Amino acid sequence: MGRYVLKRMSSIIPIVLIASFVTFLMIYLSPVDPAEAYLAAANVYPDDEVLAQKRHELGLDQPFLVQYAQSLSKMVRLDFGLSYTSNQPVWQEVTLRMPATIQLAFSSIIVAIMISIPLGFLSAVYKNGVIDYISRAISYIGASIPSFWLGYLLVYIFAVKLDLFPVEGRGGMSHLVLPSITLAISFVAVYTRLLRTTVLEQLQEAYVRYARARGVKEKVIMLKYVLRLAILPVITGLGMNMGKLLTGAVIVEQVFSWPGFGRFFVEAIIDRNIPVIQCYVFLSACLVIAFNLITDLIHLYLDPRISRKGRATQ
Amino acid sequence: MIRKLMDVALRYKIATACVIILFLFMMMSIFAPWLAPNDPISVDLAHRLQPPSWQYPLGTDQLGRCTWSRLLYGARTSLGVASLIFVSSLGIGILVGIIAGYKGGWLDAVLMRFCESVMAFPNLVLVLGIVGVFGQGMLQLVIALMMVQWVYYARMIRNMVVSLKERTFIAAAKISGSSSWTIMRRHILPNILPAIIVIGTLEMGWAIMDISALSFLGLGIQPPTPEWGAMILEGKAFIRNQPQLMIFPGLLIFLVVMSFHVLGEILSEKLGIKRGL
Repeated sequence: MGRYVLKRMSSIIPIVLIASFVTFLMIYLSPVDPAEAYLAAANVYPDDEVLAQKRHELGLDQPFLVQYAQSLSKMVRLDFGLSYTSNQPVWQEVTLRMPATIQLAFSSIIVAIMISIPLGFLSAVYKNGVIDYISRAISYIGASIPSFWLGYLLVYIFAVKLDLFPVEGRGGMSHLVLPSITLAISFVAVYTRLLRTTVLEQLQEAYVRYARARGVKEKVIMLKYVLRLAILPVITGLGMNMGKLLTGAVIVEQVFSWPGFGRFFVEAIIDRNIPVIQCYVFLSACLVIAFNLITDLIHLYLDPRISRKGRATQ
Repeated sequence: MIRKLMDVALRYKIATACVIILFLFMMMSIFAPWLAPNDPISVDLAHRLQPPSWQYPLGTDQLGRCTWSRLLYGARTSLGVASLIFVSSLGIGILVGIIAGYKGGWLDAVLMRFCESVMAFPNLVLVLGIVGVFGQGMLQLVIALMMVQWVYYARMIRNMVVSLKERTFIAAAKISGSSSWTIMRRHILPNILPAIIVIGTLEMGWAIMDISALSFLGLGIQPPTPEWGAMILEGKAFIRNQPQLMIFPGLLIFLVVMSFHVLGEILSEKLGIKRGL
């Protein structure tokens, strides 16, 4: 098992390298000249000499690969340079906005789990029943409803008309309700269907028939055996969909004026604040890679057959 | 094979409903200039935020532009840009996928590693990054979405080609002296076409969703061009008193995207086409 873990962990190194290269390439090809942008931010009138000096300072006169190596060594040390607009270190500005996004992501995962697990489970148990049709409708609607539109609809109904929740901003728990639901809906759509499928698959297994033959209560079979095994792929799905959660947060934060990382990113795009864009793109790739790894390891812990299989193929 | 697709689309009621919605959407976008009662762009501040009337079937927005006309032209923008992205990314995807799958070897390995590294990024983050670095506008939007989309086609097509390559009829064609080009065009392409149509149906839905999401963020189609996502962005300031300004464009995005998705799902289920990579 230890060997499998090590092997799996080392496999992320090339992926991180490629991600950093793609990020660097994007910045390198950008028509924005960092030297000019920095000087403009510092209100310096750029003449050619000053520009050349700044370029030298930033290492922009170096060959491509040297620049990449420098950029890589900075990126892994979480040094993304200074923001063009505020002249503050990007990483510092990002960490300031991280908690808001993490809070939103976390609460929407909880909402997604709380809705999709009972709904998916019940729609498998009562296959082709009313609940199954409702869950099918929810999954189709949830997968195709634009989250920004859903967000405003919720704001219109629950904040403007019924005055139950605040319209926007971050504050107490009541501020969290509408954004979390908005962000959770597309996940509810996926996990409800996924859980339904896996529960139905488990019901075909021999152990279910055996338990039934032994006279184990149906409730016990369902909750203690079937649900426990069927939930595994849902955990994997959650981990694998971290990227979707990140992009979803960009839009939801915009709708609810949530002061998080996603909103900061959109502002940076409008201002063409390249260091912030670089930081966001690289970090989100790293987060996705990290979550895939964590998911794999959790899976390994829950299902030891995987490491044995891994050893067999070596 | 095309007949089989039509068959499925007509046999299931939900699929037929989707086809009808998509047909109406297409008609909306093609005949927008004839169906629109007013100019979608010209500003008329004297008639701003009007309720529905004979002249303005769905009322007007904050600049006195006819909402219904803007919705019609918005369909045109969405469908036009989505088709452009679809055709260009599919074209690159088919080319790369068939070459990588058919030739194999180091070329295959290099191309596929590249695709995987693009896939490592969350889709929309990469698109936003490209737009951020190269600026906002329709051209940048198309290029960004295309650059992210084609890798999925390439991967999928490559995998199909690899499994097709082992079949006897390909071997027979090779033995009988057909050139690689002929084999690719005459034998491989027709066999992967149904799967491409199914994936394309799903991808069109995603493309329309992505375009409107980016425009909603203010990073896609720029005003005054009518676009549904951008209309929601403009309408959000009037949510208290004029909610229809954001409700109608959203409803249309939702209907069109859902029709593409449901149709794609039904087709792939009934034709037994796997969408996995």
